[in-house]
Amino acid sequence: MKILVPVKRVLDYNVKPRVKADGTGVDLANVKMSMNPFDEIGVEEAIRLKEKGVATEIVAVSVGPAKAQETLRTALAMGADRAILVQTDDEVEPLALAKIFKAIADAEGPGLVILGKQAIDGDNNQTGQMLAALTGWAQGTFASAVNVDGDHVSVTREVDGGLETVKLKLPAIVTTDLRLNEPRYASLPNIMKAKSKPLDVKSPADYGVDTAPRVKTVKVSEPPVRSAGVKVADVDELVAKLKAMGVHS
Amino acid sequence: MKTLVWVEHDGSAVKDATLAAVTAASKLGEVHLLVAGSGVDGVANAAAGIAGVGKVHVADNAAFGHNLPENIAPLVADLMGSHDAFVAPATTTGKNIAPRVAALLDVMQISEVLSVEGPKTFTRPIYAGNAIATVESSDAKLVLTVRGTAFEKAATSGGSGAIEAVSAGSDAGISSFVGAEIAKQDRPELTSAKIIVSGGRALGSSEKYQEVIVPLADKLGAALGASRAAVDAGYVPNDYQVGQTGKIVAPEVYFAIGISGAIQHLAGMKDSKTIVAINKDEDAPIFQVADFGLVADLFSAVPDLTAKI
Repeated sequence: MKILVPVKRVLDYNVKPRVKADGTGVDLANVKMSMNPFDEIGVEEAIRLKEKGVATEIVAVSVGPAKAQETLRTALAMGADRAILVQTDDEVEPLALAKIFKAIADAEGPGLVILGKQAIDGDNNQTGQMLAALTGWAQGTFASAVNVDGDHVSVTREVDGGLETVKLKLPAIVTTDLRLNEPRYASLPNIMKAKSKPLDVKSPADYGVDTAPRVKTVKVSEPPVRSAGVKVADVDELVAKLKAMGVHS
Repeated sequence: MKTLVWVEHDGSAVKDATLAAVTAASKLGEVHLLVAGSGVDGVANAAAGIAGVGKVHVADNAAFGHNLPENIAPLVADLMGSHDAFVAPATTTGKNIAPRVAALLDVMQISEVLSVEGPKTFTRPIYAGNAIATVESSDAKLVLTVRGTAFEKAATSGGSGAIEAVSAGSDAGISSFVGAEIAKQDRPELTSAKIIVSGGRALGSSEKYQEVIVPLADKLGAALGASRAAVDAGYVPNDYQVGQTGKIVAPEVYFAIGISGAIQHLAGMKDSKTIVAINKDEDAPIFQVADFGLVADLFSAVPDLTAKI
């Protein structure tokens, strides 16, 4: 079984985003960029399925600028077998991403597509579900466990209030949640090896997908700032403040 | 504009997140509801009573029993033939279903709406709430998910919606529900609680969480929460987690106990009306957002607070 793993190049999760002064977006000039953490979990899960003998080939895919090649090389260094960059400098919305991944899925015929549940820049949480709609496949979103059994996959999902398990017919879409696994670090020899793994460069037009945005960003602003209040000296003062607000047993 | 609001329910009652979605939808136009499930007469009647509701579409079918998006999305897409906007609460169920509906309609969804600025203009958080985007849709129809803490809850009585049965529905046959482990708690749900007591990594163990955090929550009738660090350390189950990767909450009073205040935690609770922080590290970032900060050893301060409050 082949597994397709889409990965996105995003602002590193340790970097505090800064809103540009002109309100057009978040400043991405000269800041560290990395693979979206949820996608990293997706790559790791695919590798584990290959190590278990369930998967035979892992294809990493990214839609983004030329520099997204670095993100794909990271996926290859972790253990993906080959990569496809769908190169564009435009911001591509989840719906158009899903259309590109659908076209790639049609061409590659994967048994599973494993995506991050959301990218930590746009926080849309849509692409996997949209891809499932376009392919007509079943979806297991927010996965904390994935078990392939014959022509089905069981996915345990992190839902409000607890966990839920669904059984999906393959091929299927899985989106990852944080507890699914802890991604490995690529070893130096594997980083070297990744440089010679195949990486194809395509364009959205190659897949016949129009990436013109449907949603216009009017402006991006700082969230309202919450200011620090007072420090209380001891528990008695805190109790007094709380009681004054009507908070008591 | 005619809106269709997804009613989230547990088989017998309408969940609170739905009520915020109703308020958001009412800013766009006429509010219709969709109650889907198996044996949902009671829910449909409760939904019809929500203030301001025009019509309640009820799809009662075994295929809708467990909110499987493979079965529900086609039903919603079908109903969207006569509606202009689909509005779902941004719960795990809403987030699972809405994008599948959007793609079937060839619409780009707008996620986690914080405010309605115009017929097609909304604000929403990006970068874990570190920036707020104002966005405008150009699609003919809208698909939205709505952040529950950002809108007032619609009143659960006073409405007189007309109930209409939807006959459509079939099992797509590609997915099935196996089971669920839902934590049962005799206390308010995190997302609707007036008071939340949350514990962090500084507690050091599951036993200390039970010993220190639970009695204070019991005394105040509060919900229990935790930071991601405390969840990852195994002190409490995952559904206690407040933060960007957990639940987004906005209670009247939020107690952050032994929580340093990582960005990811703040993203989940900074809209709380009053924040109380207890931490022995006076430089902890949590104090930058706390209304009342107490620099103290939580193991003595919290039991003291529990005794005196």
